[in-house]
Amino acid sequence: MSAPLFKFGLFGDNISLVLAFLIGIGFGFALERAGFGSARKLMGQFYLTDLAVFKVMFTAIVTAMLGIFYLGWIGFLDVSLVYLTPTYLLPQIVGGLILGIGFVIGGYCPGTACVAVSTARIDAISFLAGVIAGIFVFGEAFPLLKQFYNATPMGQITLPDLLHIPYGVVVFVIVLVAVGGFAGATWVEKAMAGRKGVQQS
Amino acid sequence: MIENVPAREEAETVHGPKPYSNPYVAGFGLGLVLLSAFVVMGRGLGASGAFSSLIAAAANAVAPQHTAANEFYAEYLGDGSRSPLLDWLVFEVIGVFAGGLISGALAGRIAKSVERGPSISKRRRLIFAFVGGALMGIGAKFARGCTSGQALTGGALLNVGSWAFMMMVFAGAYATAWFLRRQWK
Repeated sequence: MSAPLFKFGLFGDNISLVLAFLIGIGFGFALERAGFGSARKLMGQFYLTDLAVFKVMFTAIVTAMLGIFYLGWIGFLDVSLVYLTPTYLLPQIVGGLILGIGFVIGGYCPGTACVAVSTARIDAISFLAGVIAGIFVFGEAFPLLKQFYNATPMGQITLPDLLHIPYGVVVFVIVLVAVGGFAGATWVEKAMAGRKGVQQS
Repeated sequence: MIENVPAREEAETVHGPKPYSNPYVAGFGLGLVLLSAFVVMGRGLGASGAFSSLIAAAANAVAPQHTAANEFYAEYLGDGSRSPLLDWLVFEVIGVFAGGLISGALAGRIAKSVERGPSISKRRRLIFAFVGGALMGIGAKFARGCTSGQALTGGALLNVGSWAFMMMVFAGAYATAWFLRRQWK
């Protein structure tokens, strides 16, 4: 085992900040290449005209998931040292719903809005101002929200832990679901393009 | 005027924005960036957390007693030995701005505009963007992360809460899409 490199003490906090900046550049570059600096492109997902959000997200998830799985398997990466956010099921379900609603009203999510600001989208500036306002409201109201925020704790738990199914099997099933999803997404795009053509003619 | 039209169209095809990448290519690239964060740092990507650090730092500068008494801010402020802005996610998000700028500039996609459908005014769109952003900020805090920190990172780590969160994001967005169609279509 020699990774995660930071956890094995290959470099300190200051170098980690430089690496954060470099990794961020890669992140922003990939998001912009995908077209996620455009709210209208992102919203195509929810009007079924352009399912790039699903395709990009799941390709990324599958790529990273397979990468960790194999790097762990060959003994290079200690997967248990990769930080896993603890699950608090109920607040995460409610948070996800609020975030999904905010996505369609606002047109971006926080990461994509940064890229949109970089490519001079004025609405993304307004969106990020909203994000800051929202987090501030949450912070100020935290004493009232704390109980719900900490409700239904499940600890650091993965799907293989929860379902008692081997890690490799879950990985394999997600790959299959993703590939099926990609085929389905392309079919939906074609069907919607056909419908649009009929409406216009 | 009419004679100018073809010339302008031609100019646009030469100098106009380049098309976006194939989604699977972009997704593979994004996946490799995420994997590099796991391998190098032992953590995933994020976005909303950087804004939390920013707000905690600002609130702490204005009213340190107030922030010390609030557990939410205290978590981002740490023990006070280091500025809360010297944070991994803050530097990562500065990189995101830079990466977006580099990619956008190389592809000729930097264009001052307000992204909206044809039937909504600019003013209204900016208000909607702010409201949506505020909801997103609140939702991300309840969920302990946003699309980057939960859906993408936790998705690849097979985190239970992240997968539940991701399903709910899509559910919430699809449930809202019909009501907001005038903003986008």
